[in-house]
Amino acid sequence: MFPPREDILRVAPELVLCVSGMVLMLVEPFLGQARRGTLLFLATTGAALALAANVLSATHQGAAFSGLLDVDSFSVFVHVVVGLVALLVVLGSADYLDREHLQHGEYYALVLFATAGMGVMSSAAELMTAFVGLEVSSISTYVLAGYRRDSPRSDESAMKYFLLGSFATAFFLYGIALVYGSTGTTQIGHAALSSFPGAPSLLRLGLALILVGLGFKVAAAPFQVWTPDVYEGAPTPVTALMSSGPKAAAFALLLRILATTDAAGSFWFWALWISAVLSMFVGNFAALAQTSVKRMLAYSSIAHAGYVMVALAAAAAAGQVALGVAAALYYLAVYALMKLGAFMMVAQLGGTSEGHLEIDDLAGLASRQPAAAACFSLFLLSLLGLPVTAGFLGKFYIFNAALASHLVWLAVLLALNSVLAAFYYLRVIVVMYMREPHQDWAPSPMPWAITAVLLATSAGTLYLGLFPGRVMGFAAHAALSLPLR
Amino acid sequence: MASAHLLSVLIFLPLAGVLALLLVRQDDQTWIRRIALAIAAVEFVLSLLLLRGFSAGTTNYQFEELRDWIPAPPVHYHLGVDGISLFLVLLTTFLIPVAMLASWKSIEQRTQGFFITLLVLETGMIGVFLSLDLILFFLFWEAMLIPMYFLIGIWGHERRVYAALKFILYTMIGSILMLIAMVWLYELSGTFDLPRIQAMLTSGQLTLPFRTEMLLFGAFFLAFAIKVPLFPLHTWLPDAHTEAPTAGSVVLAGVLLKMGTYGMVRFCVPLFPEAAHRLAPYIAVLAIVGILYGALVALVQTDLKRLVAYSSVSHLGFVVLGIFAFTPTALQGALYQMLNHGISTGALFVLVGALYDRRHTHLISEYGGLATPMPVFAALFLFVTLSSAGLPMLNGFVGEFLILAGTFERHTVWASVAASGVIFSAVYLLWAYQRVFFGAITQERNGTLPDLDRRERCILFAMAALILWMGIGSAAFTRRTETSARNIIDLMQRPQLYNASSPAGVPPTAASETGVH
Repeated sequence: MFPPREDILRVAPELVLCVSGMVLMLVEPFLGQARRGTLLFLATTGAALALAANVLSATHQGAAFSGLLDVDSFSVFVHVVVGLVALLVVLGSADYLDREHLQHGEYYALVLFATAGMGVMSSAAELMTAFVGLEVSSISTYVLAGYRRDSPRSDESAMKYFLLGSFATAFFLYGIALVYGSTGTTQIGHAALSSFPGAPSLLRLGLALILVGLGFKVAAAPFQVWTPDVYEGAPTPVTALMSSGPKAAAFALLLRILATTDAAGSFWFWALWISAVLSMFVGNFAALAQTSVKRMLAYSSIAHAGYVMVALAAAAAAGQVALGVAAALYYLAVYALMKLGAFMMVAQLGGTSEGHLEIDDLAGLASRQPAAAACFSLFLLSLLGLPVTAGFLGKFYIFNAALASHLVWLAVLLALNSVLAAFYYLRVIVVMYMREPHQDWAPSPMPWAITAVLLATSAGTLYLGLFPGRVMGFAAHAALSLPLR
Repeated sequence: MASAHLLSVLIFLPLAGVLALLLVRQDDQTWIRRIALAIAAVEFVLSLLLLRGFSAGTTNYQFEELRDWIPAPPVHYHLGVDGISLFLVLLTTFLIPVAMLASWKSIEQRTQGFFITLLVLETGMIGVFLSLDLILFFLFWEAMLIPMYFLIGIWGHERRVYAALKFILYTMIGSILMLIAMVWLYELSGTFDLPRIQAMLTSGQLTLPFRTEMLLFGAFFLAFAIKVPLFPLHTWLPDAHTEAPTAGSVVLAGVLLKMGTYGMVRFCVPLFPEAAHRLAPYIAVLAIVGILYGALVALVQTDLKRLVAYSSVSHLGFVVLGIFAFTPTALQGALYQMLNHGISTGALFVLVGALYDRRHTHLISEYGGLATPMPVFAALFLFVTLSSAGLPMLNGFVGEFLILAGTFERHTVWASVAASGVIFSAVYLLWAYQRVFFGAITQERNGTLPDLDRRERCILFAMAALILWMGIGSAAFTRRTETSARNIIDLMQRPQLYNASSPAGVPPTAASETGVH
């Protein structure tokens, strides 16, 4: 039986992504090494079409496949974010793959499959479907993390990610089983989950396990231990993908459960509060001590998970659910852009075999490549949250949500962490602008594809920092499209 | 009509100048300098239009611009100028070309970047003084840190990176808490618009519980006190000043420190009068300690630039004292002293910078007997020194006198102790002057130092003329600040606390004792 046309339109982005991925894998053997440009073209087109297909799903919102998926503004927002991430990652990876002599076709296909999985996670209306999406996205990223097969670090990264990730998904799955066992439903936001019938302790345990599983995926403390090694070992463009896309999708799933399920809201509040504080401090303090840019950015992404957790805690507190959800969504979009840009910059400046990842290797970049240094500084300042950049408004909305829910202490701790973070972000800027360049090594000039990615991300960072109206409006609309508790 | 958007033009003209500078080839230093100076000069002339269109008799904001910016939570692009901010804007537009001319020759590396930084800084500073929306204010306030950070860190002296980091971290700690206070204030009032919050507070539509008011005041005050800097938060200042290039020091002393005191006048005092009254004695003590401590530490400095930096701590202590005396006279004195300090200390930094360009040292012991080879320099230095020490007929006297007189009306002891700071400042300034300029020429190469060239004379004579004018023609300034200064004191009235008809500036002390509503 063929599903109704409406349902097909609602999953149009995922369909386009999967079909493009399969086409890429089929075409690659026939093209040979010389035709890498064609593969890049196909992959970019696929990602761009998937992004465009969001128009279809956005205009045909509603439940699809007998309520397995729920396509609403919320899911469309996340789809756009992860779709954009996929497009930029594909575009920004080509030169890296060339330099490291890696296969193009499979890589692109895996990125597209991972993105399809993230899409499913964000629109899943039911926990099993969410689980399928999570697995599709995770398994693709496990493979991508170990894509540099000849590098032991990359292998280590993939192994670690796979083992710990499997644990996390197992927790998540067990959580689903317990929720089902206690309530008889896996529908997110089902009345049974809200009214605590039967065995609440079982439900609580299930929800706790779900939080653990997803907490792992978003790299929030105390489930963050894998992050630095995995992020550092994986090929840098993959790190760019991991730190933005899957994180956004996992947060989206958390948000959907949190915002629609009464039990989750009240039960998770303190867990989110503690996790937020832990993530911020652990991430920032550890980042202070790093000498490698890549590892520093890995730790900083733990801290940023903490910032988003503040918004989640605000959404979990009674009364201001929509405000918290909107703030989290906005921050996720902002964060995806700036972190992607920063990691892409590292991927380019790292040089062959990622041999130049130390902060000191950036010495004097401002006099050699002023545009690159300015761009990198913009991302760093945005991560730091200084005004005119997107990072500032992202934090501003989180402050707003936190204070509206009367979480003054959490807001103050977030503020202190922003200052703490200044130490290590500014150190990179110091090295780029205030040191003499190394004589023995210079980064290679920017290829056009990377330039395009960096231009897009920095333009986005400035746009979201100066004119947040439209995107924030979209985020607020997305938050309200959920059946809020 | 052009003046309808005058304030926006003032804010964004320097940014447009940045674009123009980016089009010039990087190694074409002459044209980079000329274009940057031309833009700064045009900006100054445009800012003079403010003076012409400004009417002194009203408490309203003038040249107001209001536009929507962020829909939710509602942040507006709201600009306006009143007697408090008018001269600070003029001071900024005056000091930027001065700073450019002062570093005309001494900046040879990355010239383009240097002038771009200065222009971005100008945008930020003017934005701070003109913003009437809390978030817009914060945006400019924080955004300005970045160019200042680069200015110190790239073009500064030996320990520049340390000084730059110290500067930015100190400021960020204060300001991030201020941001939380702003959002909190929004949660209470539903708007970020300063005039509206003010109106809600004065009409009694919005009342802040005492504890909330104290916390909000604390968060705002901390940010501003670090910027001023108020003792004991001043430790970033000597480092930043000493390591910054001349232009950086001029702008830092001339304008950036004023943002702290401006913020106190604009936000702390009128928005949270109850907390301000309650804490005023403590703040006054800190201000007086700062006056004396700054002066005493300046006395023992061996480094000329550090001496001037510590004198800033002392002088700004006077300003803070004037603000927290809560009398219109003292407040006017504080406003006046802000301008004085900007010009006098700015000029001192230009002079010290000129000396540094010649000998590449700030150490007082390296000099001696300079009056012989450099007579014009010595004369101008003396003139500026005297103005900074508060000699009658020069600008410093007017400000200090108004502050002390206004403070004396209500707090005899504060004024008496603070007055001794005036004596101290004469001591350390004149002693330093004596060691540098009088006596025998201690080092042979000092005997052949060239006197000021035409460029340096231009800047310094202009500043000296201003110093003299502000000393004898102070009415031209005070006439325009008077209404606004009175208004600030009036805005401190709260219907539930004081009788609305009681005379301005004399809230019954019993009311501040009751505290809680």
